[in-house]
Amino acid sequence: MLLDLVNEFGKAFLETFWMMSIAVLFAVLVGVPLGIALFVTREGMFFENRFVQQVAGTIVNIIRSIPFIILLVVLIPFTKLILGTSMGPTAASVSLTVAAIPFYARLVEASLREIDRGVIEAAESCGASPWLIMKDVLLPEAKPGMIAGLTVTIISLLSYSAMAGIVGGGGIGDLAIRFGYYRFQNDVMLITVIILIILVQLIQFIGDRLAKAASKK
Amino acid sequence: MIRLEGITKQYKNTTAVHDISLTIGKGEIFGIIGYSGAGKSTLVRCLNLLERPTKGKIFVGGEEITALSDRDIRKKRQEIGMIFQHFHLISAKTVFDNVAFSLKAAGIPKEERNARVPELLEMVGLADKAKAYPAQLSGGQKQRVAIARALANNPKVLLCDEATSALDPTTTDAILQLLKEINRTLGITIVLITHEMEVVQKICDRVAVMEAGKIVELGTVYDVFSGPEHPLTKEFVQSVHSFSLPERLLESRKGTIAKITFKGDSAESPIISETLAKFSITINILHGQITYINDKPLGTLIIEAIGSRQEIEAAIRFIAARTKQLEVLADVA
Repeated sequence: MLLDLVNEFGKAFLETFWMMSIAVLFAVLVGVPLGIALFVTREGMFFENRFVQQVAGTIVNIIRSIPFIILLVVLIPFTKLILGTSMGPTAASVSLTVAAIPFYARLVEASLREIDRGVIEAAESCGASPWLIMKDVLLPEAKPGMIAGLTVTIISLLSYSAMAGIVGGGGIGDLAIRFGYYRFQNDVMLITVIILIILVQLIQFIGDRLAKAASKK
Repeated sequence: MIRLEGITKQYKNTTAVHDISLTIGKGEIFGIIGYSGAGKSTLVRCLNLLERPTKGKIFVGGEEITALSDRDIRKKRQEIGMIFQHFHLISAKTVFDNVAFSLKAAGIPKEERNARVPELLEMVGLADKAKAYPAQLSGGQKQRVAIARALANNPKVLLCDEATSALDPTTTDAILQLLKEINRTLGITIVLITHEMEVVQKICDRVAVMEAGKIVELGTVYDVFSGPEHPLTKEFVQSVHSFSLPERLLESRKGTIAKITFKGDSAESPIISETLAKFSITINILHGQITYINDKPLGTLIIEAIGSRQEIEAAIRFIAARTKQLEVLADVA
């Protein structure tokens, strides 16, 4: 019985880890370019473009304004379309990814906006191309902020991932609901919560450390 | 080297720069002075098109930069270095990489960059700081890094946007000295904007005084200092060159008080002795100063002439004719 529970916990963790890894990977792969795009198309920047700025901004805002639990349900047909199923952690990672990308993109944009406009101008006055400015000025200067933003994103995803259990996504949340809620095993619920608290502390600690190491200010 | 033709820069509701035409010679250190909001910053930012003028043409090195495509402007900017009040270094990169950035922007291959950066750091006196991050440097050192970065691609022009305004007086002097050296040894034309007349006095050859988007006075620094015409120019000159006599002196005077300005040759001839020999008056010196601007003396003397009214008037006419600049501050009672 105890061994069963340990196994259940192990499985739930792997599932959560799996769905979050996919979501975080895409959040970085798509969110960073999207965040940069949102920034460099702003007024006064080198790729100033009202159309792109407003279209991308609106899409990001729409996704961000849908509560995750609703997004989960709304995306079921889409998940079925690309994966053939809407059950399991991989399926849950689809909606997590959709939520994570705009979330992180906004945080990336915000950390880019923190950069002193003068530093970008100085780079322009050296005759640098927009590409070089993005690579050698924007990314290094925003790196600490982007790491801090990723920490926030991962923690938010962890709490989102717990909801995935509701639609059969598996993971820690699923475990807590199945055992703790439906079977009234309060100890399971309690352990889950404690583990989540420890996890969040750990992620925040590592994130803060990395952000500090990246900052040369 | 630089020619502006009818440059106007308009923002939504304001005109920052109003129809300015100007020519700056090769190898010159040209100062633009004005209070904040005068449009001097906008004007200097037009020179490398960080700011695009609404109207007018700008020529740098004979080429009309206002007609260039974005791509060609980037290339042209490698000929026009720029430094700023707040340095604007990349905080996440070392001193070495900050300077190398400029070379990278010009497409210089890595081996050449690695050879050139130490030379540049040597020139600005920071050879030992290559691995430091900007946050570990003092203001003066940061500005030196910025200068090295601006000079990396051997520019013909260096634009300085309030480059010394965030520095203390000693550091300011050192940076100005460095700029002058760069101007002399490399022959780089320098356009410098500032709100401090001292900076102009120390290194500029010519100066333009700006107010409300227009140039109100333009001339060699010596002429502007010795004979400022516009009220604003007078104010700036007074800021470094002021003579205020204590009230007490004016009240207890016995004769006529006059301010004499000596320019060039007249500063070096013994006018006071000649006057004393010619007229039977006594002269009491209340205040005096000689400053050298571009190695030319500019003297100011405040004297009190005591004697008969007739003799004083004749003496003052004599001095005025010799110096061309005499101002009677208080006549004999």
